[in-house]
Amino acid sequence: MGNFVFDLIGKNIVAALVICIIPLVFILPYALIAILGELKIGAWMQDRVGPMRTGWKGVLQPVAEVVKLLQKEDITPTIANKPLFNLAPFIVFIGAFAAFAVLPFSEKFIPSGINLGLFFVFAVGSFAVIGIVMGGWASNNKYSLLGAMRSVAQIISYELPAGMVFLSIATIAGTLDMQTIILNQSGPIWNWYIFGGPQGGAIKFLFIPFFVILFIVYLISSLAETNRTPFDIPEGESEIVAGYHTEYSGMKFAMFFMAEYANMYVVSAIIVILFLGGWSSPFGTSFMDGPIWGIFWMVGKAFFFVFVQIWLRWTLPRLRVDQLMYLGWKVLLPLSIACFMAIAFLAMIN
Amino acid sequence: MNTNKNTEAQRLTFAEKLYLPELAKGMSITFREMFKPKFTRQYPEQRWDPTGSYRGRPVLVLEEGKERCVACGLCSLVCPAMAIEVQAAETENEKERYPEKFEINMLRCIYCGFCEEVCPEEAIVMSKDYELLFSSQKDAIYGKDRLLVPVEQLQDRLDFLKEYK
Repeated sequence: MGNFVFDLIGKNIVAALVICIIPLVFILPYALIAILGELKIGAWMQDRVGPMRTGWKGVLQPVAEVVKLLQKEDITPTIANKPLFNLAPFIVFIGAFAAFAVLPFSEKFIPSGINLGLFFVFAVGSFAVIGIVMGGWASNNKYSLLGAMRSVAQIISYELPAGMVFLSIATIAGTLDMQTIILNQSGPIWNWYIFGGPQGGAIKFLFIPFFVILFIVYLISSLAETNRTPFDIPEGESEIVAGYHTEYSGMKFAMFFMAEYANMYVVSAIIVILFLGGWSSPFGTSFMDGPIWGIFWMVGKAFFFVFVQIWLRWTLPRLRVDQLMYLGWKVLLPLSIACFMAIAFLAMIN
Repeated sequence: MNTNKNTEAQRLTFAEKLYLPELAKGMSITFREMFKPKFTRQYPEQRWDPTGSYRGRPVLVLEEGKERCVACGLCSLVCPAMAIEVQAAETENEKERYPEKFEINMLRCIYCGFCEEVCPEEAIVMSKDYELLFSSQKDAIYGKDRLLVPVEQLQDRLDFLKEYK
Protein backbone atom coordinates (compact mmCIF):
# COMPACT_ATOMS: atom_id res chain seq x y z
CA MET A 1 0.00 0.00 0.00
CA GLY A 2 0.96 3.61 -0.24
CA ASN A 3 1.91 5.85 -3.03
CA PHE A 4 5.05 5.35 -5.09
CA VAL A 5 5.41 9.07 -5.78
CA PHE A 6 5.65 9.79 -2.06
CA ASP A 7 8.18 6.96 -1.73
CA LEU A 8 10.28 8.43 -4.55
CA ILE A 9 10.17 12.16 -3.81
CA GLY A 10 9.05 12.27 -0.23
CA LYS A 11 5.94 13.89 1.16
CA ASN A 12 6.29 17.43 -0.19
CA ILE A 13 4.55 19.88 -2.50
CA VAL A 14 6.38 18.64 -5.62
CA ALA A 15 5.13 15.12 -5.03
CA ALA A 16 1.60 16.43 -4.58
CA LEU A 17 1.80 18.34 -7.88
CA VAL A 18 3.16 15.29 -9.69
CA ILE A 19 0.28 13.26 -8.31
CA CYS A 20 -2.21 15.86 -9.53
CA ILE A 21 -0.72 15.87 -13.00
CA ILE A 22 -0.56 12.09 -13.52
CA PRO A 23 -4.36 11.63 -13.99
CA LEU A 24 -4.46 14.63 -16.33
CA VAL A 25 -1.62 13.16 -18.37
CA PHE A 26 -3.61 9.95 -18.43
CA ILE A 27 -6.91 11.58 -19.47
CA LEU A 28 -5.61 13.38 -22.56
CA PRO A 29 -4.23 10.37 -24.46
CA TYR A 30 -7.06 8.24 -23.15
CA ALA A 31 -9.63 10.71 -24.54
CA LEU A 32 -7.90 10.59 -27.93
CA ILE A 33 -7.93 6.79 -27.91
CA ALA A 34 -11.56 6.72 -26.84
CA ILE A 35 -12.59 9.17 -29.58
CA LEU A 36 -10.76 7.08 -32.15
CA GLY A 37 -12.39 3.97 -30.71
CA GLU A 38 -15.78 5.61 -30.92
CA LEU A 39 -15.26 6.53 -34.57
CA LYS A 40 -13.69 3.26 -35.67
CA ILE A 41 -15.81 0.82 -33.68
CA GLY A 42 -18.96 2.66 -34.67
CA ALA A 43 -17.89 2.51 -38.28
CA TRP A 44 -17.04 -1.19 -38.16
CA MET A 45 -20.34 -2.02 -36.52
CA GLN A 46 -22.14 -0.23 -39.33
CA ASP A 47 -20.05 -1.94 -42.03
CA ARG A 48 -18.11 1.21 -42.76
CA VAL A 49 -14.36 1.72 -42.53
CA GLY A 50 -14.42 4.98 -40.58
CA PRO A 51 -11.78 7.69 -40.90
CA MET A 52 -8.97 6.56 -43.23
CA ARG A 53 -7.20 9.75 -44.32
CA THR A 54 -5.41 11.17 -41.28
CA GLY A 55 -2.37 9.09 -40.55
CA TRP A 56 -2.14 5.35 -41.02
CA LYS A 57 -5.72 4.05 -41.36
CA GLY A 58 -6.96 7.28 -39.80
CA VAL A 59 -5.37 6.87 -36.38
CA LEU A 60 -4.61 10.59 -36.15
CA GLN A 61 -8.26 11.56 -36.67
CA PRO A 62 -8.87 12.48 -32.98
CA VAL A 63 -5.81 14.75 -33.08
CA ALA A 64 -7.24 16.47 -36.15
CA GLU A 65 -10.58 16.86 -34.40
CA VAL A 66 -9.00 18.44 -31.34
CA VAL A 67 -7.02 20.84 -33.54
CA LYS A 68 -10.20 21.70 -35.41
CA LEU A 69 -12.02 22.42 -32.14
CA LEU A 70 -9.13 24.61 -30.95
CA GLN A 71 -9.22 26.64 -34.16
CA LYS A 72 -12.96 27.13 -34.13
CA GLU A 73 -14.50 30.43 -33.22
CA ASP A 74 -15.54 30.51 -29.60
CA ILE A 75 -19.06 31.89 -29.75
CA THR A 76 -20.93 33.21 -26.73
CA PRO A 77 -24.53 34.11 -27.53
CA THR A 78 -25.30 37.76 -26.79
CA ILE A 79 -28.33 36.96 -24.64
CA ALA A 80 -26.52 34.25 -22.69
CA ASN A 81 -25.47 34.77 -19.11
CA LYS A 82 -21.76 35.05 -19.87
CA PRO A 83 -20.07 34.16 -16.57
CA LEU A 84 -22.21 31.06 -16.05
CA PHE A 85 -22.04 30.13 -19.71
CA ASN A 86 -18.25 30.26 -19.69
CA LEU A 87 -17.91 28.49 -16.37
CA ALA A 88 -20.21 25.55 -17.05
CA PRO A 89 -17.98 23.35 -19.25
CA PHE A 90 -15.14 23.64 -16.78
CA ILE A 91 -17.36 22.64 -13.88
CA VAL A 92 -18.48 19.59 -15.78
CA PHE A 93 -14.88 18.68 -16.50
CA ILE A 94 -13.80 19.33 -12.92
CA GLY A 95 -16.53 16.98 -11.76
CA ALA A 96 -15.16 14.24 -13.96
CA PHE A 97 -11.53 15.01 -13.13
CA ALA A 98 -12.10 15.18 -9.38
CA ALA A 99 -13.27 11.57 -9.41
CA PHE A 100 -9.80 10.58 -10.63
CA ALA A 101 -8.44 11.69 -7.27
CA VAL A 102 -9.61 8.48 -5.65
CA LEU A 103 -9.33 6.06 -8.57
CA PRO A 104 -6.44 3.69 -7.96
CA PHE A 105 -4.23 2.79 -10.90
CA SER A 106 -2.27 0.14 -9.10
CA GLU A 107 -1.40 -1.22 -5.70
CA LYS A 108 1.25 1.46 -5.39
CA PHE A 109 -0.54 4.39 -6.94
CA ILE A 110 -3.74 6.10 -5.96
CA PRO A 111 -3.74 9.91 -6.21
CA SER A 112 -5.43 10.28 -2.84
CA GLY A 113 -5.92 7.26 -0.60
CA ILE A 114 -8.75 8.70 1.48
CA ASN A 115 -10.84 6.14 3.29
CA LEU A 116 -14.09 7.59 1.88
CA GLY A 117 -13.19 6.95 -1.74
CA LEU A 118 -16.49 5.44 -2.81
CA PHE A 119 -18.45 8.21 -1.14
CA PHE A 120 -16.23 10.84 -2.75
CA VAL A 121 -16.80 9.43 -6.24
CA PHE A 122 -20.51 9.42 -5.61
CA ALA A 123 -20.39 13.03 -4.41
CA VAL A 124 -18.36 14.47 -7.27
CA GLY A 125 -20.30 12.34 -9.74
CA SER A 126 -23.31 14.56 -9.07
CA PHE A 127 -21.13 17.60 -9.64
CA ALA A 128 -21.38 17.29 -13.43
CA VAL A 129 -25.11 17.88 -13.36
CA ILE A 130 -24.57 21.32 -11.82
CA GLY A 131 -22.40 22.26 -14.76
CA ILE A 132 -24.91 20.84 -17.20
CA VAL A 133 -27.79 22.80 -15.70
CA MET A 134 -25.62 25.90 -15.52
CA GLY A 135 -24.67 25.59 -19.18
CA GLY A 136 -28.19 24.74 -20.29
CA TRP A 137 -29.79 27.55 -18.39
CA ALA A 138 -27.18 30.17 -19.13
CA SER A 139 -27.36 29.45 -22.87
CA ASN A 140 -30.82 31.04 -22.95
CA ASN A 141 -31.96 28.52 -25.52
CA LYS A 142 -35.04 26.37 -25.19
CA TYR A 143 -33.25 23.24 -26.38
CA SER A 144 -30.39 23.76 -23.96
CA LEU A 145 -32.80 24.25 -21.09
CA LEU A 146 -34.81 21.17 -22.04
CA GLY A 147 -31.64 19.12 -22.27
CA ALA A 148 -30.44 20.35 -18.90
CA MET A 149 -33.78 19.57 -17.27
CA ARG A 150 -33.82 16.11 -18.76
CA SER A 151 -30.28 15.59 -17.55
CA VAL A 152 -31.21 16.50 -13.99
CA ALA A 153 -34.23 14.21 -14.00
CA GLN A 154 -32.14 11.40 -15.40
CA ILE A 155 -29.16 11.73 -13.10
CA ILE A 156 -31.30 12.04 -9.97
CA SER A 157 -33.28 8.95 -10.96
CA TYR A 158 -30.25 6.84 -11.69
CA GLU A 159 -28.13 7.96 -8.77
CA LEU A 160 -30.43 6.09 -6.42
CA PRO A 161 -29.85 2.60 -7.85
CA ALA A 162 -26.16 3.44 -8.25
CA GLY A 163 -26.09 4.51 -4.61
CA MET A 164 -27.72 1.25 -3.56
CA VAL A 165 -25.02 -0.65 -5.47
CA PHE A 166 -22.29 1.34 -3.71
CA LEU A 167 -24.01 0.69 -0.40
CA SER A 168 -24.23 -3.05 -1.02
CA ILE A 169 -20.54 -3.33 -1.86
CA ALA A 170 -19.63 -1.10 1.09
CA THR A 171 -21.68 -3.37 3.34
CA ILE A 172 -20.05 -6.57 2.18
CA ALA A 173 -16.55 -5.06 2.06
CA GLY A 174 -16.99 -3.24 5.35
CA THR A 175 -15.19 -0.19 3.99
CA LEU A 176 -15.50 2.75 1.60
CA ASP A 177 -11.79 2.77 0.83
CA MET A 178 -11.05 1.87 -2.79
CA GLN A 179 -7.74 0.15 -2.09
CA THR A 180 -9.20 -2.00 0.69
CA ILE A 181 -12.13 -3.01 -1.51
CA ILE A 182 -9.70 -4.13 -4.20
CA LEU A 183 -7.41 -5.80 -1.70
CA ASN A 184 -10.38 -7.81 -0.43
CA GLN A 185 -10.83 -9.16 -3.93
CA SER A 186 -7.22 -10.12 -4.61
CA GLY A 187 -6.39 -13.78 -4.95
CA PRO A 188 -8.27 -16.20 -7.17
CA ILE A 189 -10.88 -14.94 -9.59
CA TRP A 190 -13.84 -16.13 -7.48
CA ASN A 191 -12.85 -13.59 -4.84
CA TRP A 192 -14.17 -10.83 -7.09
CA TYR A 193 -17.40 -9.33 -5.87
CA ILE A 194 -19.25 -10.30 -9.02
CA PHE A 195 -18.63 -13.89 -7.91
CA GLY A 196 -19.68 -13.23 -4.35
CA GLY A 197 -16.55 -11.81 -2.77
CA PRO A 198 -13.82 -13.36 -0.67
CA GLN A 199 -15.82 -14.38 2.38
CA GLY A 200 -15.78 -18.12 2.69
CA GLY A 201 -18.41 -20.80 2.81
CA ALA A 202 -20.52 -22.47 0.16
CA ILE A 203 -23.38 -20.19 1.18
CA LYS A 204 -21.90 -17.35 -0.84
CA PHE A 205 -22.74 -19.16 -4.09
CA LEU A 206 -26.41 -18.72 -3.28
CA PHE A 207 -25.86 -14.98 -3.35
CA ILE A 208 -24.00 -14.75 -6.66
CA PRO A 209 -27.23 -13.88 -8.62
CA PHE A 210 -27.67 -10.82 -6.42
CA PHE A 211 -24.15 -9.65 -7.16
CA VAL A 212 -24.69 -10.19 -10.88
CA ILE A 213 -27.95 -8.22 -10.76
CA LEU A 214 -26.19 -5.41 -8.90
CA PHE A 215 -23.46 -5.47 -11.55
CA ILE A 216 -26.04 -5.08 -14.33
CA VAL A 217 -27.90 -2.40 -12.37
CA TYR A 218 -24.71 -0.39 -11.98
CA LEU A 219 -23.76 -0.90 -15.62
CA ILE A 220 -27.11 0.56 -16.68
CA SER A 221 -27.03 3.40 -14.17
CA SER A 222 -23.50 4.31 -15.15
CA LEU A 223 -24.60 4.71 -18.77
CA ALA A 224 -27.33 7.06 -17.58
CA GLU A 225 -24.90 9.04 -15.45
CA THR A 226 -22.51 9.60 -18.32
CA ASN A 227 -25.38 10.62 -20.64
CA ARG A 228 -24.41 7.96 -23.14
CA THR A 229 -26.72 6.17 -25.54
CA PRO A 230 -29.21 4.57 -24.83
CA PHE A 231 -29.63 7.19 -22.10
CA ASP A 232 -28.57 10.22 -24.12
CA ILE A 233 -31.93 11.97 -23.93
CA PRO A 234 -30.28 15.14 -22.50
CA GLU A 235 -28.52 15.55 -25.84
CA GLY A 236 -30.85 13.64 -28.12
CA GLU A 237 -30.08 15.28 -31.41
CA SER A 238 -33.26 14.24 -33.17
CA GLU A 239 -35.40 15.85 -30.48
CA ILE A 240 -33.55 18.79 -28.94
CA VAL A 241 -30.66 19.57 -31.37
CA ALA A 242 -27.76 18.86 -29.00
CA GLY A 243 -29.36 19.40 -25.61
CA TYR A 244 -27.39 21.35 -23.06
CA HIS A 245 -24.40 21.99 -25.33
CA THR A 246 -26.37 23.33 -28.29
CA GLU A 247 -24.88 26.81 -27.98
CA TYR A 248 -21.33 25.76 -27.24
CA SER A 249 -18.56 25.73 -29.78
CA GLY A 250 -14.81 25.50 -29.98
CA MET A 251 -12.84 24.71 -26.88
CA LYS A 252 -15.79 24.94 -24.50
CA PHE A 253 -17.59 22.28 -26.48
CA ALA A 254 -14.40 20.24 -26.38
CA MET A 255 -14.44 20.49 -22.59
CA PHE A 256 -17.93 18.99 -22.47
CA PHE A 257 -16.74 16.32 -24.83
CA MET A 258 -13.66 15.52 -22.80
CA ALA A 259 -15.69 15.46 -19.59
CA GLU A 260 -17.97 12.87 -21.17
CA TYR A 261 -15.01 10.68 -22.06
CA ALA A 262 -13.37 11.17 -18.68
CA ASN A 263 -16.67 10.21 -17.05
CA MET A 264 -16.80 7.09 -19.18
CA TYR A 265 -13.47 6.03 -17.73
CA VAL A 266 -14.54 6.90 -14.20
CA VAL A 267 -17.67 4.78 -14.27
CA SER A 268 -15.82 1.95 -16.00
CA ALA A 269 -13.11 2.08 -13.35
CA ILE A 270 -15.74 1.98 -10.61
CA ILE A 271 -17.38 -1.07 -12.17
CA VAL A 272 -13.95 -2.71 -12.24
CA ILE A 273 -13.14 -1.73 -8.66
CA LEU A 274 -16.48 -2.77 -7.22
CA PHE A 275 -17.03 -6.01 -9.07
CA LEU A 276 -13.99 -7.12 -11.02
CA GLY A 277 -11.12 -6.86 -8.60
CA GLY A 278 -9.62 -3.54 -9.69
CA TRP A 279 -5.90 -3.95 -10.30
CA SER A 280 -5.74 -7.54 -9.11
CA SER A 281 -4.83 -10.15 -11.67
CA PRO A 282 -7.49 -12.64 -12.76
CA PHE A 283 -4.87 -15.41 -12.43
CA GLY A 284 -4.43 -15.08 -8.68
CA THR A 285 -1.59 -13.47 -6.81
CA SER A 286 1.19 -15.56 -8.31
CA PHE A 287 0.90 -14.85 -12.04
CA MET A 288 1.09 -11.44 -13.74
CA ASP A 289 0.50 -9.71 -10.45
CA GLY A 290 2.25 -6.77 -8.84
CA PRO A 291 2.19 -2.97 -9.03
CA ILE A 292 3.20 -2.72 -12.71
CA TRP A 293 0.84 -5.44 -13.88
CA GLY A 294 -1.73 -3.74 -11.65
CA ILE A 295 -1.77 -0.72 -13.97
CA PHE A 296 -2.24 -3.06 -16.91
CA TRP A 297 -5.14 -4.91 -15.32
CA MET A 298 -6.84 -1.81 -13.96
CA VAL A 299 -6.63 0.18 -17.19
CA GLY A 300 -7.26 -2.87 -19.35
CA LYS A 301 -10.40 -3.88 -17.52
CA ALA A 302 -11.64 -0.30 -17.47
CA PHE A 303 -10.95 0.05 -21.20
CA PHE A 304 -13.00 -3.05 -21.80
CA PHE A 305 -15.97 -1.33 -20.18
CA VAL A 306 -15.31 1.81 -22.18
CA PHE A 307 -15.53 -0.46 -25.21
CA VAL A 308 -18.79 -1.90 -23.87
CA GLN A 309 -20.19 1.62 -23.61
CA ILE A 310 -19.20 2.38 -27.19
CA TRP A 311 -20.60 -0.98 -28.26
CA LEU A 312 -23.93 -0.24 -26.56
CA ARG A 313 -24.04 3.19 -28.11
CA TRP A 314 -23.83 1.83 -31.63
CA THR A 315 -26.32 -0.96 -30.93
CA LEU A 316 -29.22 0.48 -29.01
CA PRO A 317 -31.72 3.20 -29.83
CA ARG A 318 -32.42 6.01 -27.39
CA LEU A 319 -34.99 5.46 -24.63
CA ARG A 320 -38.12 7.55 -24.46
CA VAL A 321 -38.35 9.84 -21.41
CA ASP A 322 -41.16 7.85 -19.80
CA GLN A 323 -39.33 4.57 -20.45
CA LEU A 324 -36.28 6.06 -18.81
CA MET A 325 -38.23 6.99 -15.69
CA TYR A 326 -39.95 3.60 -15.67
CA LEU A 327 -36.65 1.77 -15.84
CA GLY A 328 -35.00 3.91 -13.19
CA TRP A 329 -37.73 4.02 -10.57
CA LYS A 330 -39.77 0.88 -11.12
CA VAL A 331 -37.14 -1.63 -12.19
CA LEU A 332 -33.64 -0.71 -11.12
CA LEU A 333 -34.44 0.85 -7.75
CA PRO A 334 -36.58 -2.03 -6.34
CA LEU A 335 -34.13 -4.56 -7.75
CA SER A 336 -31.14 -2.84 -6.20
CA ILE A 337 -32.92 -2.48 -2.84
CA ALA A 338 -33.81 -6.19 -2.87
CA CYS A 339 -30.23 -7.10 -3.72
CA PHE A 340 -28.95 -4.76 -1.03
CA MET A 341 -31.07 -6.54 1.57
CA ALA A 342 -29.87 -9.96 0.39
CA ILE A 343 -26.26 -8.84 0.54
CA ALA A 344 -26.73 -7.22 3.92
CA PHE A 345 -28.00 -10.61 5.07
CA LEU A 346 -24.92 -12.29 3.62
CA ALA A 347 -22.70 -9.76 5.38
CA MET A 348 -24.53 -10.39 8.62
CA ILE A 349 -24.15 -14.18 8.61
CA ASN A 350 -20.45 -13.97 7.78
CA MET B 1 -44.33 -13.44 -29.48
CA ASN B 2 -48.05 -14.15 -29.23
CA THR B 3 -49.65 -12.23 -32.06
CA ASN B 4 -53.23 -13.12 -31.07
CA LYS B 5 -53.19 -10.74 -28.14
CA ASN B 6 -54.06 -7.10 -28.37
CA THR B 7 -51.64 -5.09 -26.32
CA GLU B 8 -47.90 -5.17 -26.37
CA ALA B 9 -47.81 -6.15 -22.70
CA GLN B 10 -49.86 -9.25 -23.47
CA ARG B 11 -48.07 -10.14 -26.64
CA LEU B 12 -44.59 -10.29 -25.19
CA THR B 13 -43.29 -13.27 -23.28
CA PHE B 14 -41.55 -12.80 -19.95
CA ALA B 15 -38.12 -13.10 -21.51
CA GLU B 16 -39.01 -10.43 -24.04
CA LYS B 17 -40.34 -8.13 -21.34
CA LEU B 18 -37.13 -8.62 -19.42
CA TYR B 19 -35.41 -7.11 -22.46
CA LEU B 20 -31.98 -8.42 -21.55
CA PRO B 21 -31.97 -11.50 -23.87
CA GLU B 22 -33.13 -9.35 -26.78
CA LEU B 23 -30.47 -6.86 -25.89
CA ALA B 24 -27.85 -9.59 -25.96
CA LYS B 25 -29.06 -10.62 -29.41
CA GLY B 26 -28.66 -7.09 -30.70
CA MET B 27 -25.23 -6.78 -29.13
CA SER B 28 -24.06 -10.03 -30.70
CA ILE B 29 -25.18 -8.82 -34.13
CA THR B 30 -23.20 -5.60 -33.89
CA PHE B 31 -20.21 -7.47 -32.53
CA ARG B 32 -20.23 -9.89 -35.46
CA GLU B 33 -20.63 -7.03 -37.94
CA MET B 34 -17.40 -5.53 -36.63
CA PHE B 35 -15.33 -8.31 -38.13
CA LYS B 36 -17.09 -8.69 -41.43
CA PRO B 37 -15.28 -7.49 -44.55
CA LYS B 38 -16.06 -3.94 -45.57
CA PHE B 39 -16.85 -2.94 -49.14
CA THR B 40 -15.91 0.72 -48.98
CA ARG B 41 -13.78 1.89 -51.91
CA GLN B 42 -11.10 4.48 -51.17
CA TYR B 43 -12.35 6.57 -54.04
CA PRO B 44 -9.68 8.81 -55.55
CA GLU B 45 -7.09 6.03 -55.32
CA GLN B 46 -9.30 3.07 -56.11
CA ARG B 47 -11.48 4.00 -59.02
CA TRP B 48 -14.37 2.02 -60.31
CA ASP B 49 -14.01 0.74 -63.85
CA PRO B 50 -17.47 0.52 -65.38
CA THR B 51 -18.46 -2.12 -67.90
CA GLY B 52 -19.78 -1.41 -71.39
CA SER B 53 -23.34 -1.22 -70.14
CA TYR B 54 -22.61 1.87 -68.05
CA ARG B 55 -24.26 5.10 -69.19
CA GLY B 56 -21.82 7.85 -68.43
CA ARG B 57 -21.23 11.15 -70.20
CA PRO B 58 -22.52 11.10 -73.81
CA VAL B 59 -19.74 11.59 -76.36
CA LEU B 60 -19.37 11.85 -80.13
CA VAL B 61 -17.47 9.09 -81.89
CA LEU B 62 -14.37 10.28 -83.71
CA GLU B 63 -13.45 7.94 -86.51
CA GLU B 64 -10.52 8.44 -88.91
CA GLY B 65 -10.03 12.01 -87.84
CA LYS B 66 -13.64 13.17 -88.24
CA GLU B 67 -16.95 12.67 -86.51
CA ARG B 68 -19.47 10.06 -87.56
CA CYS B 69 -22.25 12.51 -86.89
CA VAL B 70 -24.25 13.69 -89.94
CA ALA B 71 -26.09 16.40 -88.02
CA CYS B 72 -29.56 14.94 -88.57
CA GLY B 73 -30.70 16.49 -85.27
CA LEU B 74 -32.62 13.44 -84.06
CA CYS B 75 -30.73 13.38 -80.75
CA SER B 76 -31.56 16.99 -80.17
CA LEU B 77 -35.20 16.25 -80.94
CA VAL B 78 -35.49 13.19 -78.71
CA CYS B 79 -33.59 14.62 -75.75
CA PRO B 80 -36.14 14.86 -72.91
CA ALA B 81 -34.05 17.41 -71.07
CA MET B 82 -33.37 19.47 -74.19
CA ALA B 83 -29.67 19.39 -73.47
CA ILE B 84 -28.40 18.96 -77.04
CA GLU B 85 -28.04 21.68 -79.62
CA VAL B 86 -26.95 20.84 -83.18
CA GLN B 87 -26.29 23.16 -86.08
CA ALA B 88 -25.59 21.51 -89.40
CA ALA B 89 -23.33 22.64 -92.20
CA GLU B 90 -22.54 21.11 -95.56
CA THR B 91 -19.38 19.29 -96.41
CA GLU B 92 -17.62 19.34 -99.81
CA ASN B 93 -19.27 16.05 -100.64
CA GLU B 94 -22.68 16.21 -102.19
CA LYS B 95 -25.70 15.70 -99.91
CA GLU B 96 -23.51 15.24 -96.89
CA ARG B 97 -23.62 17.32 -93.74
CA TYR B 98 -21.62 17.64 -90.59
CA PRO B 99 -22.35 19.34 -87.25
CA GLU B 100 -20.87 22.79 -87.31
CA LYS B 101 -21.83 23.21 -83.70
CA PHE B 102 -22.68 20.36 -81.35
CA GLU B 103 -23.26 21.27 -77.74
CA ILE B 104 -24.47 19.25 -74.79
CA ASN B 105 -25.34 21.08 -71.63
CA MET B 106 -24.09 18.65 -68.99
CA LEU B 107 -26.15 20.34 -66.27
CA ARG B 108 -29.27 19.37 -68.20
CA CYS B 109 -28.26 15.91 -69.35
CA ILE B 110 -30.01 13.15 -67.44
CA TYR B 111 -27.95 10.26 -68.87
CA CYS B 112 -31.04 8.51 -70.23
CA GLY B 113 -29.25 7.37 -73.38
CA PHE B 114 -32.12 8.27 -75.74
CA CYS B 115 -29.74 10.19 -78.02
CA GLU B 116 -27.62 7.09 -78.40
CA GLU B 117 -30.66 4.92 -79.05
CA VAL B 118 -32.09 7.19 -81.70
CA CYS B 119 -28.82 7.88 -83.53
CA PRO B 120 -28.87 6.25 -87.00
CA GLU B 121 -25.09 6.48 -87.39
CA GLU B 122 -24.03 5.25 -83.91
CA ALA B 123 -22.30 8.58 -83.73
CA ILE B 124 -23.27 9.58 -80.19
CA VAL B 125 -22.70 6.98 -77.47
CA MET B 126 -22.55 6.94 -73.71
CA SER B 127 -19.00 6.77 -72.38
CA LYS B 128 -17.66 5.44 -69.09
CA ASP B 129 -16.78 8.90 -67.85
CA TYR B 130 -18.58 9.59 -64.57
CA GLU B 131 -16.32 12.30 -63.18
CA LEU B 132 -17.80 15.57 -64.34
CA LEU B 133 -17.05 18.85 -62.72
CA PHE B 134 -17.46 22.43 -63.78
CA SER B 135 -16.75 25.71 -62.14
CA SER B 136 -19.50 27.68 -63.88
CA GLN B 137 -22.69 27.16 -65.83
CA LYS B 138 -20.94 28.19 -69.00
CA ASP B 139 -18.26 25.63 -68.34
CA ALA B 140 -20.91 22.91 -68.22
CA ILE B 141 -21.78 23.35 -71.91
CA TYR B 142 -19.56 20.86 -73.68
CA GLY B 143 -18.70 21.74 -77.28
CA LYS B 144 -17.26 19.53 -79.99
CA ASP B 145 -13.75 19.96 -78.61
CA ARG B 146 -14.67 18.06 -75.45
CA LEU B 147 -17.27 15.74 -76.93
CA LEU B 148 -15.23 14.05 -79.63
CA VAL B 149 -13.59 10.85 -78.41
CA PRO B 150 -11.60 8.42 -80.60
CA VAL B 151 -13.48 5.26 -81.45
CA GLU B 152 -10.83 3.03 -79.87
CA GLN B 153 -11.70 4.31 -76.40
CA LEU B 154 -15.39 3.53 -76.90
CA GLN B 155 -15.01 -0.03 -78.13
CA ASP B 156 -16.63 -1.55 -75.01
CA ARG B 157 -19.78 0.49 -75.43
CA LEU B 158 -19.94 -0.11 -79.19
CA ASP B 159 -19.62 -3.87 -78.61
CA PHE B 160 -22.36 -3.68 -76.01
CA LEU B 161 -24.63 -1.79 -78.39
CA LYS B 162 -23.96 -4.30 -81.17
CA GLU B 163 -25.15 -7.09 -78.90
CA TYR B 164 -28.10 -5.53 -77.10
CA LYS B 165 -29.42 -2.56 -79.06
